[in-house]
Amino acid sequence: MTRPDILKLQKKAIEIRKDILKMLTLAGSGHTGGSLSLVEILLALYDYKLRHDPKKPGWKERDRLLLSKGHGCPALYAVLASEGYFPKEKLWTLRKLGSQLQGHPQLGLAGVEISSGSLGQGLSIANGMALAARLDKSNVRIYCLMGDGETNEGQVWEAAMTSAHYELDNICAIIDFNKLQIDGFCCDIKDMGPYTHKWKDFGWHVIETDGHDIVKMMDALDEAGDTKGEPTIIIAHTVKGKGVSFVENKVEWHGIAPKKEEYERAIRELDEALAKLS
Amino acid sequence: MVQKKFEMVPTRDGFGKGLVELGRQNKDVVVLSADLTDSTRANWFKKEFPDRFFGLGVAEQDMMGAAAGFALMGKIPFACTFGVFASGRAWDQIRISVAYMNLNVRIIGTHGGISVGPDGATHQALEEIALMRILPNMTVIVPADAVEAKKATIESVKVKGPVYIRLGRAPVPVITKPDDVFKIGKANMLRDGKDLTIFACGQMVYESMLATDALEKDGIKARLVNMHTAKPIDIDAIISAARQTGAIVTVEEHTVLGGFGSAIAEVICQNNPVPVKMVGVKDHFGVSGEPEELFAHFGLTAKDIANAAKEVLKMKKGQGLG
Repeated sequence: MTRPDILKLQKKAIEIRKDILKMLTLAGSGHTGGSLSLVEILLALYDYKLRHDPKKPGWKERDRLLLSKGHGCPALYAVLASEGYFPKEKLWTLRKLGSQLQGHPQLGLAGVEISSGSLGQGLSIANGMALAARLDKSNVRIYCLMGDGETNEGQVWEAAMTSAHYELDNICAIIDFNKLQIDGFCCDIKDMGPYTHKWKDFGWHVIETDGHDIVKMMDALDEAGDTKGEPTIIIAHTVKGKGVSFVENKVEWHGIAPKKEEYERAIRELDEALAKLS
Repeated sequence: MVQKKFEMVPTRDGFGKGLVELGRQNKDVVVLSADLTDSTRANWFKKEFPDRFFGLGVAEQDMMGAAAGFALMGKIPFACTFGVFASGRAWDQIRISVAYMNLNVRIIGTHGGISVGPDGATHQALEEIALMRILPNMTVIVPADAVEAKKATIESVKVKGPVYIRLGRAPVPVITKPDDVFKIGKANMLRDGKDLTIFACGQMVYESMLATDALEKDGIKARLVNMHTAKPIDIDAIISAARQTGAIVTVEEHTVLGGFGSAIAEVICQNNPVPVKMVGVKDHFGVSGEPEELFAHFGLTAKDIANAAKEVLKMKKGQGLG
């Protein structure tokens, strides 16, 4: 598989972050931190690994990306728009009455594969899809993107056992491992202990990598694709609020949107980062 | 009159047969089970179509999600377990992963009601009709007997969106015939009468038949309707019953709070208010006991239904409607 131009993708990541901030600022509410941490993961998927066609969102043989952590949807919407699933102008309708861009994703918007928002449900859906694909002898691969806090949910571990039991190597789970959840640092809320070991013990092939390094993310996705006989999970180390200094690693930025001045400051920072890349 | 002795078959057996028939007709039908494969009769399908059967272990939430995944890939999944676990344990998964996405998942909840018997309250589902009917997009069917359960299973695949089918553990009289018309959402009038109407679902249809016989001996002519679909409820059948008979009794093996009787009362009070009496479990958990003992304990016998009919007639007369 040919790899895309990395510098171009790094610049695109910054543009996506700017779109996310604009969407959230216009909406006046939403989840800033956990959207900004997802950007490189989504770009490695949509601009490299996923077999998909924005012109044919219903193509049966497409790979599926399930955003189980539904609150991160501003990032998904921004990436889907940049891929051409729908016009970019739609982004500015986020969370408004009559918009397809619901506060949490709803099936029906081109490119959205599941409704989500009640945490912990995506991996079970991924299992059903993967089993169906196997039944149909299809090469479709299922990617399920979860938050680390989300894995407090017991259903995730029920699903993890199912994926392993059925040796679903057509599943790749990805954890946006930003180490924060709404109440604080994950380790203070409910310490999930040796996290990598947990997944290994549940029968998964585990890859730990830097979720903001697009090249490493692409490597991890390739390794997942080459792994046979067991499901793969990529634990992608990320920074909540990545790219905006005063949002990074700040608990309080989980579920709020920037105000106008904060937005302008954030855009200045991102433009500076963009200038440095050029 | 209820004249002959009926064959006794559990509704879950009717489902099991219907499922195997569906499996032969449609290769997209898949079955998921949460470790109660024998009890739900999903094992009949498993035996014939092992490749299309998926055990999820004791994990109802995971099963509902997996069913949603199958449906998103174009399959027609039947997710089978006891009613308590299907409707209660996995309610949010049904709400978001199934109903909100309006997916073609069929949820099979066996062991509904107190007819479960000795297992007691934890296993006696008394709230599923309420829990399921309040979800947008959901269809809820409560077959009266095994023949109807088989039809409901087969017909359910024609519904666009999720369907919940409530089934029972214990053998119940087979009161319908294979060639009786069964249409989801359309009630079947079993007897006509001018004094009042009894709407019943599930095995309470048979008890209500016995009750109408008893009432007839007392000179009371009751209309009896087998309301096998709790949602979408047959509004026309309810309004015409209210207009033509002026008094209603609802009968369910379920809590009277928010369930089948409530669904009927909602239609009556908003369209054609007439007195309503609800027969069902009155804000209680179940208890251990033999089914017949429990029906008497909770006031769900033919005698209780007949008494409710007499009470509602008094209300009707008191309102000057008689």
